Amino acid sequence: MPKDAIGPIVQGQGISLTIDGQAVMGNKGQTILEAALAHDIDIPYLCYNPRISKTGACRICLVRVNETMFKTACTEPIAPDMRVVTEDPELTEIRKGILEMLLAEGDHNCLYCDANGACELQNLVMRYDAAMPSGDFPRRHRTIDEASSKGLKRNEDRCVLCGRCVKACAEVQLNNVWQFTGRGGNTHLTSDLDAKIGDSTCVNCGTCAQLCPTGAITLQPVLGRGANWDLKKESSICIYCGVGCKIDFFKNKGGQLVRALGHPDGPNQGHLCVKGRFGFDFIQKPARLSKPLIRENGAFKEATWDEALDFVAARLKEIKAQHGPDAVAALTSAKCTNEDNYLMQKFMRAMVGTNNVDHCARL
Amino acid sequence: MTNSIREIPASAGYLIIGTNTTENHPVIGSMLKNEVINKGKKLIVADPRRIELARWADYYFPIAPGTNIALLNGLMHVIVKEGLYDRAFVEERCEGFGDLAKTLEKYTPEHVAGICGLANPQDIVGAARLMAGLKPMALYYAMGITQFVSGVNGVKSTANLQMLLGNLGVAGGGVNPLRGQSNVQGACDMGGLPNVFPAYQPVTVEENRAKFAAAWGSGALPDKPGLTLMEMFNQAIAGNIKALYVMGENPVLSDPDQHHVIEALEALDLFVVQDIFMTETARYADVVLPAYGFLEKAGTVTNTERRVQPMHRVLEPWGQSKDDWWIIMQIARRLGADWDYKDAEAIFEEIRRVTPSYAGMTYARLEEELLQWPCPTPEHPGTQFLHKGKFSRGQGLLTAIEFTPPAEGTDPDFPLILTTGRILEHFHTGTMSRNSRVLDELAPEAFVEMNRHDAQDHDIGDGEVVAVSSRRGSIRIKARVVDTIKPGVVFIPFHFAEAAANVLTIGAYDPVAKIPELKVCACAVEKVLPLTDTAGGLS
Repeated sequence: MPKDAIGPIVQGQGISLTIDGQAVMGNKGQTILEAALAHDIDIPYLCYNPRISKTGACRICLVRVNETMFKTACTEPIAPDMRVVTEDPELTEIRKGILEMLLAEGDHNCLYCDANGACELQNLVMRYDAAMPSGDFPRRHRTIDEASSKGLKRNEDRCVLCGRCVKACAEVQLNNVWQFTGRGGNTHLTSDLDAKIGDSTCVNCGTCAQLCPTGAITLQPVLGRGANWDLKKESSICIYCGVGCKIDFFKNKGGQLVRALGHPDGPNQGHLCVKGRFGFDFIQKPARLSKPLIRENGAFKEATWDEALDFVAARLKEIKAQHGPDAVAALTSAKCTNEDNYLMQKFMRAMVGTNNVDHCARL
Repeated sequence: MTNSIREIPASAGYLIIGTNTTENHPVIGSMLKNEVINKGKKLIVADPRRIELARWADYYFPIAPGTNIALLNGLMHVIVKEGLYDRAFVEERCEGFGDLAKTLEKYTPEHVAGICGLANPQDIVGAARLMAGLKPMALYYAMGITQFVSGVNGVKSTANLQMLLGNLGVAGGGVNPLRGQSNVQGACDMGGLPNVFPAYQPVTVEENRAKFAAAWGSGALPDKPGLTLMEMFNQAIAGNIKALYVMGENPVLSDPDQHHVIEALEALDLFVVQDIFMTETARYADVVLPAYGFLEKAGTVTNTERRVQPMHRVLEPWGQSKDDWWIIMQIARRLGADWDYKDAEAIFEEIRRVTPSYAGMTYARLEEELLQWPCPTPEHPGTQFLHKGKFSRGQGLLTAIEFTPPAEGTDPDFPLILTTGRILEHFHTGTMSRNSRVLDELAPEAFVEMNRHDAQDHDIGDGEVVAVSSRRGSIRIKARVVDTIKPGVVFIPFHFAEAAANVLTIGAYDPVAKIPELKVCACAVEKVLPLTDTAGGLS
């Protein structure tokens, strides 16, 4: 999680406590989990996410407080001189028990799950050496809807009812598509009033999928596929509107784009819209221009770079000599970088000798 | 934006005027919704279409297109008349109040309601009183304020209102234009405009020309402001512009009056297009130069809140495509330049030297820090919001502004008002979004949105193909019949080449900013009758 989400210690409001024997300072109002994460102390969790309000549903983050009490670290505020233990044999046993119940309840087969290798449940199952409990458990098959939506796939057999998707939609995207319905063992997700996601009011921002700790809600593939552990990640800035969302782009071994996730440090604070989430495969479309073209007798002919550049330069020189620099004009681009734009206006002013340079700021 | 996106939680309320935020700047739209829905912040919305945000608005004004100024004047009329304005702020930090107050006198709620086509003038009084109590209120706008022949005055009116309310120079306040392109802010900052060098230093000032000539090692630089985009096309038709070099733009779809644009492109002696696809515009080119796509580029972009962010190369370049700056450099070298930039950072280092607002930024800092211009020195933390303590020009100028109607009124032949814009799933001319599979599948076709009553008047059903015509041209398009658009107004998104809204739009523009009036023109919508079987064909 980004540390700046916690913020610096506010003067005069610091609270000192110990976590696993380590003296720690936190701010009033912080939870044990937030104080721990700010100090790189690892407490496992499933339902917590810094971008949504606290839930306290999964109980994985249970810690021992002042020797005698168990508290959910994600909801319990820190207090002066609090003594927190994040792992001991009893806590390990509790966590393992919770994980095994989750495994028994769902149908978590990693082999054909999109989240395989990027699954928070899988990581915890490995960490705590949890396994499917033996015995005959009643299992309810829940909704699998992988086709109705252009943007999302839903497989509730992989759902751990953490509620992150419900809160992502209610607090980040503010569309309120996801809800829990039913009670007890019947509790399950629903989009709108039991509509399929594709028929719901979902706007395909994909934030629920980004926040889902398992493979219950995943993004429809856009272009490339690949195992999560083979994907390479690099961040850049979205090409669409002026918000300037920072996006982590993932590509597979073959260099194809696979998915886009919102980056927490950008102005978007991790959020994306449907364009930032899904609107990037154009860049690997075969129709992309790949060679310079020069029109000859009305039709385009492929040319080398030298031919094309020589042609443009020669014609610009001729036109400038014949009609003066103000007979030349250029449109620079709000889709290009500052460096591209700077160079275009420098070119027009210093090399052509005209101020005839503009772009689509007015459109 | 005078202020920052992360200040949205610091506002007590919002005036949303001329921006369909949840579709065009959805991430900011969601942040606004979070404050209003989950935290009870106040919201006032003005738009001819009942946009999504209007659902949670305390006051919603379905104004006729092109009447923003009347509404803003009406709100200010009440604020001044009832003494609700921030007296201390106006007296200490602003000038021109007297003239403004005098002009506002006649903009009574009834008068304004008449101009804007509002049923309930009392709402203007209620909204004005609510706004005066919001400390601070942030004003957000987009092209729904600017794309009018009165665009500049519209912007000035938003500033008038926020100054009267003392909402400038404070966190959570501000006049916040939402910029529609990823780097439109940067393109302007870098001097991609006919009248200014980088950082808005006018080309008409000799000192500036001398400074840039020295920095660039060039001869004397031209002192006459150049042509704006729309003027370039006019002058091409007139025979005065012979060569046009277009980088990453698609004016055939994005500019008003498509026939006019095509006529201009065909008149050119040399037309060079540098792009990633064979766009509608590139088809008219003499030379097409393939450029890197955004994920193949490194460099910086500047967002709507003046934040400069690094882009990284995610993908290897496509085919033989090249970086835009490299292509420009190669042409420049053939014209005699000695430019030898080895990468984008080398160009950025030069930008820092001639652009005071960027002088303190380095690639290393941009990787680590959140920097918004102005950032004049390497130690400067950047500027979260503008006009703190003092306006850039000294005193804030309150400008007396009269409402003026759009260029083209309706008449019996063209009885409806056409307004244009974008939809959630698509972007501008669709070069990117319509070539993206998921987006294309979500929104595959164009539509004209019209009110149920207008549709009934013309016997048009939802989903029927209709002809929409203006004095410039005509297109065929499917009707989408809704209750959410003001009667008498129709809306067409301009993303779709096969039913291009800009075949219809008018080339009239604001006299100062030269921004076209893409938000208003007169049109007619007609039912397209099915072909009748007059030839006695197959039965």
